[in-house]
Amino acid sequence: MLAKRIIPCLDIKDGRTVKGINFVDIRDAGDPVALGALYSRQGADELVFLDITATHEGRKTLVELVKKIAQHINIPFTVGGGIDELKDVEALLAAGADKVSVNSSALKRPGFIDEIAHNFGAQVVVCAIDAKPDNAGWTCYVSGGRIPTDKKLFDWAKEAESRGAGEILFTSMNHDGVKRGFACEALARLSDSLRIPVIASGGAGSMQHFEDAFINGKADAALAATLFHFKELEISSLKKYLAERGIVVRL
Amino acid sequence: MKVAIVKYNAGNIFSVEYALKRIGCSAVVTDDHELLRAADKVIFPGVGEASTSMRYLRRHGLDTLIGSLKQPVLGVCIGLQLMCRHSEEGNVACLGIFDEQVKRFRSAVLKVPHMGWNTLQPEKDSPLFAGVPKDAYVYYVHSYYAAVGEHTVATTDYVQPFSAALHKDNFYALQFHPEKSAAVGERILQNFLNL
Repeated sequence: MLAKRIIPCLDIKDGRTVKGINFVDIRDAGDPVALGALYSRQGADELVFLDITATHEGRKTLVELVKKIAQHINIPFTVGGGIDELKDVEALLAAGADKVSVNSSALKRPGFIDEIAHNFGAQVVVCAIDAKPDNAGWTCYVSGGRIPTDKKLFDWAKEAESRGAGEILFTSMNHDGVKRGFACEALARLSDSLRIPVIASGGAGSMQHFEDAFINGKADAALAATLFHFKELEISSLKKYLAERGIVVRL
Repeated sequence: MKVAIVKYNAGNIFSVEYALKRIGCSAVVTDDHELLRAADKVIFPGVGEASTSMRYLRRHGLDTLIGSLKQPVLGVCIGLQLMCRHSEEGNVACLGIFDEQVKRFRSAVLKVPHMGWNTLQPEKDSPLFAGVPKDAYVYYVHSYYAAVGEHTVATTDYVQPFSAALHKDNFYALQFHPEKSAAVGERILQNFLNL
């Protein structure tokens, strides 16, 4: 059976991992390749590297970093953060990335999704959506959640799918960082309305939360960052816990 | 040992090259007929659309070349599909090395593409799976599949059982991505190099 996926997310700035404390198993927690390899050994199913560098110089560093990751990591990985041109996508894929995640750039110019899917295939495009509920429903935000748009979560996810997105990575902004669980109701509605996989993001604080995301939220995969970086939860223990509760995971 | 990777208009070709490097093998990525013929092993990988890929292969004479190779050849993902008789994707005649048909997943319940880790069931003995445990997880990304047929050596169940691996004479093919399937995938690639 197809397994539910656990995906650690690493924030990258100028080619280095930000946040995260030192792990006993690796010398340098700032080295994204070493940290990614450690997660891979612990049973991560995929990795996401999110570049938070704003400069052009940092971008070049990112392509070099992706090459290094591709040389050392034997599971699929996604690269995201500020990707807004087809040539960025081409450079990252040629460097060995399996998928790219787009967020603000796609909301500002939805045709970007069509372009990537047409040129490189739908499996390459992860459409990341940051949203939070208000009086008008779930509103999508750009620029790291700072600026609201006129797009609504469920409509935008559907549109992204029809334009050729291969997966939806949904972050509930109100749940993100507060460790009280994922936005399972919205997740389930998304998953039911789409034919492509949905990755849950934002809110993981315990193993139970992952179980909820998969069962109540009907998510295909769940992503977390700080929980893994600060060693509050080890991926292998999490997967063992999920397997004991009848959720199909790769052990 | 000389290993050549077929260069054509498909994506993901370099991932296989990186994976071979990780297990200590350097390969050449080429569409040069002589280099491909002279290689000890040939890998035919890729992610793409079947009819577009077939057009490119024909234009470059790679269709007849691949079919005429005598050394071990390994098709991966769309490589497997292109080695079959016909693909529903773009309704195109393929290389016909394997007699199997390629069809699109149709399901009211399950999502398409089939994306993620799924288990491998060996159906026949194959040197590719030496040392690979039953129900080992491998990584898939695909919307089309080769039906189970006489050359199927392993299956995976999604919507229905389909060909996870095919083998006939010197031709081997995998629907999943060994280059992204962690230690299991590396073992399978190593087994192919050991043939």
